[in-house]
Amino acid sequence: MNDTFDLRISESHIEVHKFHGGTILLTMIFALMLQAFLPVYIPKANILDLPLLITIYFGLSRRNPSTGLLLGTLIGLLQDSLSKTPLGLFGIAKTVIGYLASSIGARLDTEHPLARFALTFSFFAVHQGIVVLVQKLLLAQPQPWFTMRLGISCLVNSILGVFLYYLLDRFRKS
Amino acid sequence: MVGIPSRHRSLFLLTGVVLLQVLLLAVQIKRDSQGRLIRVWTVSAVSPVERSGAWGIGKIRDAWRHYFALSDTARANEDLRRENGQLKLEIMQLQSKSAEADRLAALLNFKQMQAKVPMIVARVIGSSADANSAVIYLDQGLREGIHKNMGVITPEGVVGKVIESFRDTCQVLLLTDRDSGVGAMISHSRIQSPVGGLGEPLLTMKYVGNDDEVNVGDRVVTSGMDRIFPKDLPVGTISQVKPGSPFKQIRVRPSANIEKLEEVIVLLTTDPLALKPGAPPNGSAATAPSASGQPVSRLTNTKPAEKHP
Repeated sequence: MNDTFDLRISESHIEVHKFHGGTILLTMIFALMLQAFLPVYIPKANILDLPLLITIYFGLSRRNPSTGLLLGTLIGLLQDSLSKTPLGLFGIAKTVIGYLASSIGARLDTEHPLARFALTFSFFAVHQGIVVLVQKLLLAQPQPWFTMRLGISCLVNSILGVFLYYLLDRFRKS
Repeated sequence: MVGIPSRHRSLFLLTGVVLLQVLLLAVQIKRDSQGRLIRVWTVSAVSPVERSGAWGIGKIRDAWRHYFALSDTARANEDLRRENGQLKLEIMQLQSKSAEADRLAALLNFKQMQAKVPMIVARVIGSSADANSAVIYLDQGLREGIHKNMGVITPEGVVGKVIESFRDTCQVLLLTDRDSGVGAMISHSRIQSPVGGLGEPLLTMKYVGNDDEVNVGDRVVTSGMDRIFPKDLPVGTISQVKPGSPFKQIRVRPSANIEKLEEVIVLLTTDPLALKPGAPPNGSAATAPSASGQPVSRLTNTKPAEKHP
């Protein structure tokens, strides 16, 4: 109990950010749209994972694990339904990422760009790991754990994430 | 559940949500379904927005391409202009070839219809260096049997006559020359009078009395009196009639397009010709009238011209 108490005390020093009404929902929808839409015109854009970046950002900002994981679940399932993957593949992965981002965001200052870059990079890798794991274990679809494309994707998404987070910071309630 | 701290609650929630999704995956694998209903909803919700987005992006892209991204447009425009010029040139060449083919077909048709009349198709290769004389050169000459005073026609009408023949070429005096003329008559009234050149595009019909009825638009045909050209070949159409003294002043527009000749037919005979009736509505015969309008070459040959080696 003491550990829990101490942790809660320490969490109280971290600011919980709130957003203008509908920001999270609209951003989520916009990210999903872009994710489905952008590669049509810019094929290289398929290395981006905007729903993941949104999940990470709102998880880190809201710092509520329950909200974070539910948001991740919703985004993941919607992403699944817009792709050919079985429902739940990205849902599971983003649920876990939403939870982790919220939990870590409750303990660390995640406002610095470098911290954001490192966290995004890590979350992206974990996300891919979970996706590959689910595919291997549940779907019997063996996938490589690492490819060069995955590495590049990880890097690009992390860089993009830093700028995207900065942009989304504008929608925070002051 | 009462004793579960909030931090653990989220962990339980995580576990529950993940397990639910694992079950969802299992159900999909078991039933070999892909959650079609949820997908339909999602796609139905997303597709209108995507369609609008595609429309918007299309508009933006068009606007960008048409109004802003014009750096390559000038070059492309130049290339297109150049290509367009080349294509126009090719079209003109093709049209010219097509027109030539039509003309040759008409000549061939005429020649086939008049199979018994010796004739040869010749190409105009030059014209007079003297601006005051209407003379052309053909690419056929003595070797093909062309001699002086042979008639030159086109399917449309009389052109002129050969005034000089060389080994591989010949010189033709056109009907429009001042010294040229043809025995002619007005088609419907049968009034006979030589038609001669004036050194201009129109011809003149010289000896028609003021009492004779002549109307603009009357057709003038060969009379055959010059004994070079067959009768009733078109010479031209009367375009102007004025009273004169002692004869009417009559202008005739030639039937043959004398100013733009490219291929002609040379009648390889100096005998009196008789073309098939109604065969060439446009046959014509060139006589060589004198400046006074009288036929210069009243040829009386009864045998076809001999071909010169």
